[in-house]
Amino acid sequence: MTKSDGVGGRADVQKVQRGFAEMFKGGVIMDVVTADQARIAEEAGATAVMALERVPADIRKDGGVARMSDPKMIKEIIGAVSIPVMAKVRIGHVVEAQILEAIGVDFIDESEVLTPADDQFHIDKQAFRVPFVCGAKNLGEALRRVGEGAAMIRTKGEAGTGNIIEAVRHARTVLGEIRQIQARPAEELMTVARDLSAPYDLVRYVHEHGQLPVVNFAAGGVATPADAALMMQLGLDGVFVGSGIFKSDHPERRAKAIVQAVTHYQNPELLAELSEDLGAPMTGINIDALLPEERLASRGW
Amino acid sequence: MSRAVGVLALQGAFREHAQALRRLGAEIQEVRLPADLAGLSGVVMPGGESTTMRRLLATRGLDTALCDFHAAGGALWGTCAGAILLARDIAGDSDVPGLPPALGLLDMAVQRNAYGRQVDSFTTPLTVQELQAPFEAFFIRAPAITRVGAGVEVLAQYGGQPVAVREGRLLATTFHPELSGDDGMHRLFLNLL
Repeated sequence: MTKSDGVGGRADVQKVQRGFAEMFKGGVIMDVVTADQARIAEEAGATAVMALERVPADIRKDGGVARMSDPKMIKEIIGAVSIPVMAKVRIGHVVEAQILEAIGVDFIDESEVLTPADDQFHIDKQAFRVPFVCGAKNLGEALRRVGEGAAMIRTKGEAGTGNIIEAVRHARTVLGEIRQIQARPAEELMTVARDLSAPYDLVRYVHEHGQLPVVNFAAGGVATPADAALMMQLGLDGVFVGSGIFKSDHPERRAKAIVQAVTHYQNPELLAELSEDLGAPMTGINIDALLPEERLASRGW
Repeated sequence: MSRAVGVLALQGAFREHAQALRRLGAEIQEVRLPADLAGLSGVVMPGGESTTMRRLLATRGLDTALCDFHAAGGALWGTCAGAILLARDIAGDSDVPGLPPALGLLDMAVQRNAYGRQVDSFTTPLTVQELQAPFEAFFIRAPAITRVGAGVEVLAQYGGQPVAVREGRLLATTFHPELSGDDGMHRLFLNLL
């Protein structure tokens, strides 16, 4: 076996990608739109930052086509912090992904928050050295993304709403379907794979291990330390916070509190202390008030 | 000595360490607060993000508690980010605002992210002293050990630099034994207890 610097096989690359994703567990990944915000996130204890041009709440408000951010801005953020930097590409936009890999982004989010570039196909993520994270509403979707090469899965939630209900729904759906598969006898798994539209070998993996083969994070609607701890108690591995920090009254205080809430998610006394005096959270949107076409979670195939 | 071992569970790959240690018969305590250290003979500090862990350590006084734990006879093992926590000197620290000091117990200097960004992460077979077979080592945005003191034993090297070192009851590896599925390094740590 050789060092996997381009001569190593796909199996080695995959192990390194999935291993890297494990390092984010129990941590908070924060959306930032400037180098200054990235520094605030790092100082608050973020395990990584997600560099993007507009947070989801603003993408919702402004409308129009949301695309990969300007590489110059992403490079400024890479230069500003010592922690890993992630960035988003449109679903199916392989060239945006190639560009982000070329500038040294540590993780790519093929994200429904941006306007999809392809209404049928996702990126062949196995063709990249840089690892990918993808959103999922249910187990079939999660396993299709892993089959394509994603090294991390997150709930889609409903980004930019500050409303946790969709993230809870997606987490419970994925984890519930995992428990159901565990209870099925082995001979039923091919039919399960057919019904889920998921790769058979990954269905077998879930049956055997009772978990996804990659880490599973919460995203889309986390606005408070209690929201973050709720997602951890449901059984997820860590948390993405998008608009929830920099759309709140006191981003620094809130960011620090959410970081601690993810570590101490089983400690109600500490969570009470952490939830105190944070100022107003982002205002938030009720999911029922969204038109079907405004629901970002429906993007992804 | 007791086989109750702590795994620092602030953030990172702590579950994998706990699984490996349980396979070897250790009783595991997740450590998030100073009180969690009671009755332990050793603590593993996992891979993850070292700056996150340093802030979380300092917020709850766990940094001082871990130094006291070591002074009172406890063993510590840091992997990747955990190795950074143990190092006496950490290059580039002043570039990160408001970062609390690390534990500074092991007489070595480290450089964070010394091999580059994530696309430069790699896995390689490594010869480790006291282990029979080559060890599959994962280097993930890994730090490099750029200096070791006279009292520090080098157990493994990669590219001419130490990647596994031991000083008394302190063990540090810049790679991730918790990802290998090989319990050899965990055995070496339990031998320190």
